[in-house]
Amino acid sequence: MTEQVITYPSLNRPEYFTQEELGWRPWLQAPNVDDLSERQQAGLVDKARAASDYFRLLARDPDILGARTRTDKDIFYNTKEGLPRDDRELAAAATSRVNGCVFCASVHARFASHFSDRHQDIQRLLDQGSSSDLGTRWNAIVAAATALAQTPPRLNAGHIAALQHEGLDALELSDVIHGSAFFNWANRLMLSIGEPEQPA
Amino acid sequence: MTSTISVTDAVDTILGTSPGSALDLLRRRRPVTRENTQASYLALFHADELDDASLSERFAVATFVASLHSHVEAAEFYGEGLNGNDSDRNLRVAVLESAVSGAAQGPYGDYREIGLRSENQPGLRWQIPEAISGALGTRLSAALEHAHLLVFRPRESSPAALHSLVEAGWSTTGIVTLSQLVAFLAYQLRVISGLQVLDIALQGTLASTPTTIPSKDQTVRIGS
Repeated sequence: MTEQVITYPSLNRPEYFTQEELGWRPWLQAPNVDDLSERQQAGLVDKARAASDYFRLLARDPDILGARTRTDKDIFYNTKEGLPRDDRELAAAATSRVNGCVFCASVHARFASHFSDRHQDIQRLLDQGSSSDLGTRWNAIVAAATALAQTPPRLNAGHIAALQHEGLDALELSDVIHGSAFFNWANRLMLSIGEPEQPA
Repeated sequence: MTSTISVTDAVDTILGTSPGSALDLLRRRRPVTRENTQASYLALFHADELDDASLSERFAVATFVASLHSHVEAAEFYGEGLNGNDSDRNLRVAVLESAVSGAAQGPYGDYREIGLRSENQPGLRWQIPEAISGALGTRLSAALEHAHLLVFRPRESSPAALHSLVEAGWSTTGIVTLSQLVAFLAYQLRVISGLQVLDIALQGTLASTPTTIPSKDQTVRIGS
């Protein structure tokens, strides 16, 4: 292995999907905080993100990082109208479960539990996957997220009809699609340039 | 970016959305998402730093990824980025041949987490056919194999996979850009196909809504 790629022979790795906080180790060298250019700092969007190896590594290509982060924040935090936050986090957690991103799933399962106060249901999603029974509304969201995560995607009119049956309007349906779609981006980024660590 | 680029929105172009249509209006209710989805596209495909990943490489990988998602219009859209000269046009043919040979249904693969191994799913671990790799060259052949890994079995990502890119001449920054590009497309292509399904479903709903009984909302709107 060249020096360009970093490996962790004795890392304490998670063994399952979990709602616990995990660490994350990069496989490529992130720039040092002090070496970040102005453009790279702008790409981080929030100054505090300079503390994260993940975001500093992504700052190697600052423009796409900045646009990614602004897309992410609007899809999940802009809840003045549209789908409630817990449903958006559920879509993120379900997508991460399907794609196999244990780190992403841990973060967004925690958010989904927090905003819905349904810790046990979220744990069932993590333990059993997409087929777990979470009640009709969440089942419909998980089914849509799961179908959209397939390559090629398999979302169809039946998934939309099931969500409409739960009372979702056009904007909320679009929010389910965007929340799920976005995690197909986030999962592949996190999985491809590093790995999760179980804190001691 | 110094040049003024008046590029129409990529998602709308691929979808064929007309201004003022129901889908256009729906997308415009989330202006920040819409603008930054486009800004992401521009950051990758109209970048001003091309030392670590050339435009031909970016459009070739994008054409490959769109084809793996079976999205004809998107594959056409990104393929258009490869029509500048003869070598790009040859590249486009080789990329489309690669996508045919790499067709699969994902996600699948083996988990690195011990407790999830009962969920391992076998599937194609695609390697570029020798007949095509000559036309693509070392760097792009490695990039397409990596893109295939990320598209279909992201859970099998590994330091060894990154090492293959390094061996093929990819810099650390180039690998970050390549990962962003494939991952962004996984998002953009799902926004596109998701909205396509939604648009058709909503048209059906509107057509079947009784028009003789105005809802409260409609009454309010008429009065305002």
